[in-house]
Amino acid sequence: MTYLIEADSVSKRFGNVVALKDVSAQVQAGEVTCILGDNGAGKSTLIKILCGLYQPDGGTYSVDGKPVQFSSPRDALEAGIATVYQDLAMVPLMAVWRNFFLGSELEKGVPPFRRIDVAKAKRTVVDELGKMGIFIRDPEQEVGTLSGGERQSVAIARAVYFGARVLILDEPTAALGVKQAGVVLRYVLEAKKRGLGVILITHNPHHAYPVGDHFVILRRGEVYGDYRKEDLPLEQLVQMMAGGADLELLHHELEEAAQTTGDEDLAQAASDFANEAADATGHGHDDAT
Amino acid sequence: MTADVSTIADDRMVEAGFLKKVLTRPEFGSIIGAVAVFAFFSIVTENFFSVNAISAYLNPAATLGIMSVAVALLMIGGEFDLSAGALIGGLGITMAILTTSADLPVWLAMLLSLVLAISVGLFNGIMVIKTKLPSFIVTLGTFFILQGAGLGFVRLITGQTTIYLSEELATSNVAKLIFASTPIGGIRIPVVFWIAITALATFLLLRSRYGNWIFSVGGNAASARAVGVPVNRVKIALFINVSVSAWLVAMFNTFRFESAQIGTGVGSEFEFIIAAVIGGCLLTGGYGSAIGASIGALIFEMVRQGLAFARWEADWFKLFLGVMLLLAALLNQWVRSRARRAMS
Ligand SMILES: Nc1ncnc2c1ncn2[C@@H]1O[C@H](COP(=O)(O)OP(=O)(O)OP(=O)(O)O)[C@@H](O)[C@H]1O
Ligand SMILES: [Mg+2]
Repeated sequence: MTYLIEADSVSKRFGNVVALKDVSAQVQAGEVTCILGDNGAGKSTLIKILCGLYQPDGGTYSVDGKPVQFSSPRDALEAGIATVYQDLAMVPLMAVWRNFFLGSELEKGVPPFRRIDVAKAKRTVVDELGKMGIFIRDPEQEVGTLSGGERQSVAIARAVYFGARVLILDEPTAALGVKQAGVVLRYVLEAKKRGLGVILITHNPHHAYPVGDHFVILRRGEVYGDYRKEDLPLEQLVQMMAGGADLELLHHELEEAAQTTGDEDLAQAASDFANEAADATGHGHDDAT
Repeated sequence: MTADVSTIADDRMVEAGFLKKVLTRPEFGSIIGAVAVFAFFSIVTENFFSVNAISAYLNPAATLGIMSVAVALLMIGGEFDLSAGALIGGLGITMAILTTSADLPVWLAMLLSLVLAISVGLFNGIMVIKTKLPSFIVTLGTFFILQGAGLGFVRLITGQTTIYLSEELATSNVAKLIFASTPIGGIRIPVVFWIAITALATFLLLRSRYGNWIFSVGGNAASARAVGVPVNRVKIALFINVSVSAWLVAMFNTFRFESAQIGTGVGSEFEFIIAAVIGGCLLTGGYGSAIGASIGALIFEMVRQGLAFARWEADWFKLFLGVMLLLAALLNQWVRSRARRAMS
């Protein structure tokens, strides 16, 4: 069995800080791997290794079963791995359309007259954002003048557009409204259906559970648990993550998202979630009192 | 479904007005400034637009402009180069000494001088990237090294501070004919290069992917790196571009004056930066314009020549310069924040 991408016992240190120690995680085509953990658990560090921004100090990283050494995110992009970074990786003074295609510019013409295809780039950006329900006034608008949620949507739309095989999302719903958060979860399900591997990072089990197939829980840089969904009731996941009481709210969020987007998968996920959430809440109350 | 979405998108998109587009261009302030300066001197002096007068400010504006465009690109990329001025003198004198003391053929001397230029740019770039020190400090160091080494070696080898080209080189050589030609009226060849370089740099910035990369490494290097922009290579290339431009200007100067003098260009590094700022470059990087930098250089020389034409003391030039710089910096800031508010 070869995985689309696989990190095998990778470690990463920053000076004295051991950010990751012997962490293994993998994603298969058509599956969603969720990486969960508290703040500082090492989630972002792990995905920065997967996307080529950091090189691991130990362990191996394989793509299609073959060990690789990415020296920059460029290499990862060329292997079809696109990432939404937690800090979004945008340049505030640059136009939306320039940010969208930054590093992967859409060109036309032959050298030395090779140039950016501005009209097509702008059209693509407007279309891709439109699919997310975001309508920007002008693709020339500087990213720095967008709202936080709009910026996040641009980053996600960009990764979805360029992610040919693997999509890595680092806390993609953090700044989003209910509708856009629903859209992101729908994107995750769509990508999965198209046979992409998705890695979804979050510290919120209620975001992860409805869409995930496989859960890796990090704690202080080490793997604390690694489960397939079948082996892990939501209740247990919530317990492991400790805390997270606003289940009802999240259920509503999902349901509303399913209604506004009219997505059946999401509606199904929401109702599954509702049942399991009810159990978990019951349990949570027992614990608390 | 897709068509549906794009029509919605089009409905919601308001075409930004032409005026706003012009107003939000970084070179906007410099265009106003250039018109104002030209109008002012046309009134206070006679025939400021005569062919003589025009070539009197276009010729020096050309060499200043070639440097300012290169420095503007570097500043958009988020870095400074304080060694660029001293380098011009160093490269000219290197070429001159190689043809006289070392008796090398002129093309070889020019080539070696170019190699030196590229090495200095490479050194600046690699130092800035490896040490992570501000380029302001690194290139200030290079400035002193160049100035000191230049003086030291030239004195040691020749015992002089001015090197004259040989008779043949100063009169009939092909290089002389090219680098010191005067193709149109009193307009010298650097003007042609200046215009071509400005056009090329503008195309590069606004329509090529390298332009995108330059804006991004100055605007947010970490983000640029995260999406696959080769940040280090872009920055090093920008430093080399400045030194190669310094080489070009050094060749123009040396062949035109038939000599090279140690100390040429020292002090002008700030003029390059000021012209770039007048042209709309932000000191913090990520924003600016090549055309703007060229217009900045033009303003510079129009004022310098205008004062001479008006028979005013040259002392006023520095005063004018300081005021221009502050006004430009304020205008940049004002236009930018206003444009932002209008858009959001
Ligand atoms: N570049 C760095 N230099 C030094 N330490 C770092 C660096 N990047 C991360 N760390 C440290 O490594 C640990 C893991 O950080 P990481 O960003 O991976 O956490 P995270 O799980 O993504 O947290 P969050 O949920 O807050 O995003 C933290 O203790 C952090 O301080
Ligand atoms: Mg993180």
